[in-house]
Amino acid sequence: MAAKFDTPPLNLDHDVPDNPALTPDSMAHSRPFLAKPEHQEPLGFPGELVDDWHDKAIGKMGELLGKYRSLQVYMDSCVKCGACSDKCHYFLGTGDPKNMPVARQDLMRSVYRKYFTPAGKLFGSFVGARELTQDVLDEWYTYYHQCSQCRRCSVFCPYGIDTAEISMAAREILDHVGMGQKYCNEIITKVHKIGNNLGLPERALADTMEGLEEDTLEDTGHDIKFPVDVEGAEVLLVTPSADFFAEPHVDGLIGYAKVFHQLGISWTVSSEASEAANFGMFIGSYDQMHKIANRIRKAALDLKVKRIVFGECGHAWRVAYSFLNTYAGPWDFLDPRYPVPQHILEVTYGAIKNGGIRLDKEANAGMVLTMHDSCNVARASRMGDFPGGQFVIPREVIKASVPKFVDMAEDTIFEKTFCCGGGGGLLTDDLMEIRVKGAMPRMNALKQVVEQHGVTHMAAICAICKSQFTKVLPYYGMDMNMIVSVHQLVSNAIQLGTNKS
Amino acid sequence: MSAISIAYAALFYLAALVLVVGLVSKIAQYWRTPAPLKIATTPAPMTRTGAAFRVAREVTIFESLFKGDKLLWVFAVLFHAGLLLVLVRHLRYFIADVPTLLVLIQPIGIYAGFAMVIGLAALLARRFLIPRIRYITNPSDIAMLLLLIAIGVSGLFMKFVHPTDILAVKAFFLGLMRFSIQPLPVHPGLLIHLGLVAALMIVFPFSKLLHAPGVFFSPTRNQADDPRERRHVAPWAAGYDAKRGF
Repeated sequence: MAAKFDTPPLNLDHDVPDNPALTPDSMAHSRPFLAKPEHQEPLGFPGELVDDWHDKAIGKMGELLGKYRSLQVYMDSCVKCGACSDKCHYFLGTGDPKNMPVARQDLMRSVYRKYFTPAGKLFGSFVGARELTQDVLDEWYTYYHQCSQCRRCSVFCPYGIDTAEISMAAREILDHVGMGQKYCNEIITKVHKIGNNLGLPERALADTMEGLEEDTLEDTGHDIKFPVDVEGAEVLLVTPSADFFAEPHVDGLIGYAKVFHQLGISWTVSSEASEAANFGMFIGSYDQMHKIANRIRKAALDLKVKRIVFGECGHAWRVAYSFLNTYAGPWDFLDPRYPVPQHILEVTYGAIKNGGIRLDKEANAGMVLTMHDSCNVARASRMGDFPGGQFVIPREVIKASVPKFVDMAEDTIFEKTFCCGGGGGLLTDDLMEIRVKGAMPRMNALKQVVEQHGVTHMAAICAICKSQFTKVLPYYGMDMNMIVSVHQLVSNAIQLGTNKS
Repeated sequence: MSAISIAYAALFYLAALVLVVGLVSKIAQYWRTPAPLKIATTPAPMTRTGAAFRVAREVTIFESLFKGDKLLWVFAVLFHAGLLLVLVRHLRYFIADVPTLLVLIQPIGIYAGFAMVIGLAALLARRFLIPRIRYITNPSDIAMLLLLIAIGVSGLFMKFVHPTDILAVKAFFLGLMRFSIQPLPVHPGLLIHLGLVAALMIVFPFSKLLHAPGVFFSPTRNQADDPRERRHVAPWAAGYDAKRGF
């Protein structure tokens, strides 16, 4: 693997990187490992490419066109205006024209036109229609795995065309003809078998949480609980499994525990649903998303909790906020005074506002923070009770925890935020080149505030962002420890034992 | 009655039929196809009324395009606003007694004709001058712009260079609306203009011009941000609750 590649240069004079020169097929070699039969078959997908892949793929496409209004409308509506063409971080980082959102969509739209529209059947390439060949299928596999489904393109599209919807549909079709992606499908298999993405079994989870309890007692002198499978707890905490041990994720988990402790809220994680992530979304599978989401419903029922709170995770919060009610609702058995689900930042923000917790910024003295808006939180969900709460609430919590906060350039934050480069099922070593190159626009904006404002750390609210940045920061000459969890800052700053409610 | 009048009458009946049936069936398809998940691009309005206003802003002021590309937005507005005013100006051919407002708008419609053609020419130039746009352009994208430019230019040609008998043209279209074929002036500019308009009507439901109905059905724009408050389940997914197995 690990073919040599150049890290794209930064240009700190420009907030958003300039359009690169087009370099056709420069990323044609970037393909993730194919899923093996043992990762395909448990999910109900064929183990390898089926003989009648052509008819199967067209059949599946027809089925999806009938099930998803987004796909049907987006296949028809694009006018090739190009407003999206310079908005994708993978295009900006690679110059490969097939990484322009419109061109990525056209990989499928061309086939749609050929098989599903009179114009494509009659006029073929004149209207950009083409047959589905094995080369086309391979091209789908290559370039639909260079999309992190971050939806930045959809912000700028005059019709709201969302490339994520198309890349999800493409991956669903690929799965059904036997061309699944190893990383996603192996992880989904693990979730079903063991309960979380990392394959952390119940015993190991309990040990880890016990260890955290001991460490935190030692550090703080307070007996802060890290409960697993406690029936009758008020809150079921659903958090990405990286929070249980990866750095900087685990410091965030300690922060959640301190907030709950200080508020006197009893909580638990569930060993059966010890994972907030739902990779069913990345592969566009309604079935898988449904199954994975309902582990949480089952855990909530079994443990008789009253509330569900999610930890810091981007796509997981999208599935939680936007889809959980659809897949796993209705939530009539939970306490109606709280939204279902709640984000941990909503809990913490509320507690800061009503005095439930107190924070001492000096605990984070010397830190100058900026904030990376995770794509799925920014463009596919909300926090709080007003549009844009997903931007305001994390920032307010950070500002309450640290002495100085500086935002990155405005075209790179909020709804225009750049993806970390590792989302959408791309957080795997076999895609390192596209991950590094796709991180370039974010790295550029970060480096600007580092140089201009002395920013020392960047906070993120997503397990994938945290892991991705830890890996790619060194490629851009920055320290991997610059990336922090928001609740890590809270954890440092929280005044335990004061103002107990 | 000349053969040309009969041929053009037949052409316009056919074009109107294709346009209406084609568009109605596409709209019915969009209507029937459910959006199974809440996928509004956030921040999004929290009420359905708010979402309707969001769509209205996309349709009238091209809100997202403005965020995406200011220069393209200018060209797009020149063309679309120009086209809208030109269409309004042309209503006089379909209304026997032209209301005062429509009379007043006539001179504006002429400027709009120029705006439309200038906008279209700029959109066409982009397709050759900007490498990214050249890459994503299909022959049909250029053909569509040329068709619209030819319609605009042939119309302006009749206005400024070689006028036709517009009273006869009006009588022809008023006649069509009563299923009575009236003589159409045999004027090369007019025949080209009308022939191209009929062609545009016929290709409309089979082309990217479907962005016009499509924008109203785009789930990222027309959904309210209320998934925690309202459970959203598509009809085809209704059976999923029973599949939980606990």
